[in-house]
Amino acid sequence: MTARTIPIPPAPSSAFEYLTTKKDELVGWARKFSLFPYPFVTACCSMEFMAVSSTPYDTDRFGAALPRFSPRQSDLLMVVGTLAHKQAPILRKVYEQMCEPKWVMAFGACATSGGFYQNYAAVAGIDKIIPVDIYVPGCPPRPETVIDGIMKLQDMIARSRHPIFTEEF
Amino acid sequence: MTPGVLNTLKERLAREVGDASVSHGMLVLVLAPADLLGIVQRLKSELQFDLFLDVTAVDWPGQTPRFEVVYHFYSTAHRVRVRLKTRVPEADPAVESLVPLYGSAHYMERECHDMYGIVFRGNPDLRPILLYEGFVGHPLRKDYPKRQEQPLVPYRS
Repeated sequence: MTARTIPIPPAPSSAFEYLTTKKDELVGWARKFSLFPYPFVTACCSMEFMAVSSTPYDTDRFGAALPRFSPRQSDLLMVVGTLAHKQAPILRKVYEQMCEPKWVMAFGACATSGGFYQNYAAVAGIDKIIPVDIYVPGCPPRPETVIDGIMKLQDMIARSRHPIFTEEF
Repeated sequence: MTPGVLNTLKERLAREVGDASVSHGMLVLVLAPADLLGIVQRLKSELQFDLFLDVTAVDWPGQTPRFEVVYHFYSTAHRVRVRLKTRVPEADPAVESLVPLYGSAHYMERECHDMYGIVFRGNPDLRPILLYEGFVGHPLRKDYPKRQEQPLVPYRS
């Protein structure tokens, strides 16, 4: 999630640091309002996902409106519902296909911790498979909880560093 | 519910099977595994039980024979259900497959094989259907550890 940055030699004046700080703010502001979610929907939480993404609650207001059904075009992976062991390789592949920068939301109790499925069938929390940025509790979560989660994630994006030049670039 | 049909059933079949009783308005026949295919054949052809509802199993740890295979059938003509039970031992948990009589038995027998390890002789394809290739054991058996997982993807440390 955090790409390694090329070490920048200390600038002679503080002007460059000022510039990069403002750049991070600008890029963070742009990124936090253009979250394209990829709904990885497996179980009953999907009903709540439909409610939260349609008109009455409308995540469009937060820039997280347009579900992209291709992981290559999305930057927020919403894992909605129980993850079975049989599906874990699929989730892993979807995550790996997403381009940087990417964030992951564990939507609901099952995605967060397995919920009450502590047995042979279910993965006890998707963070055993992929890194998770924000956990939304609830079984299923109320739409307000999800919106709160999205806003917290946006704050996180706005506050974090956004390196443009990485080793791969 | 038509008790008349149940009585006919009971009269015709009770002589051949070990035990027949009515439980909650449903006829329950307890029979030996060897009689299963013949009885089901008669249920289907003579008594119009044309719908195969389900096959599952019950694990009775400590008892012999250990497993009880339970079948449910429904007659759309008479609108009654019948339940067949048969016991199979742990050493050889095998019964005859019902695929030749009811095509829908195929997937249900696969599921029962997944969960309890019951072998259905004659089922053409007993690959895992709900579980995955490589899963060791049968999770609904009572001796399967309750929280034992068999992950396909290595966990992040």
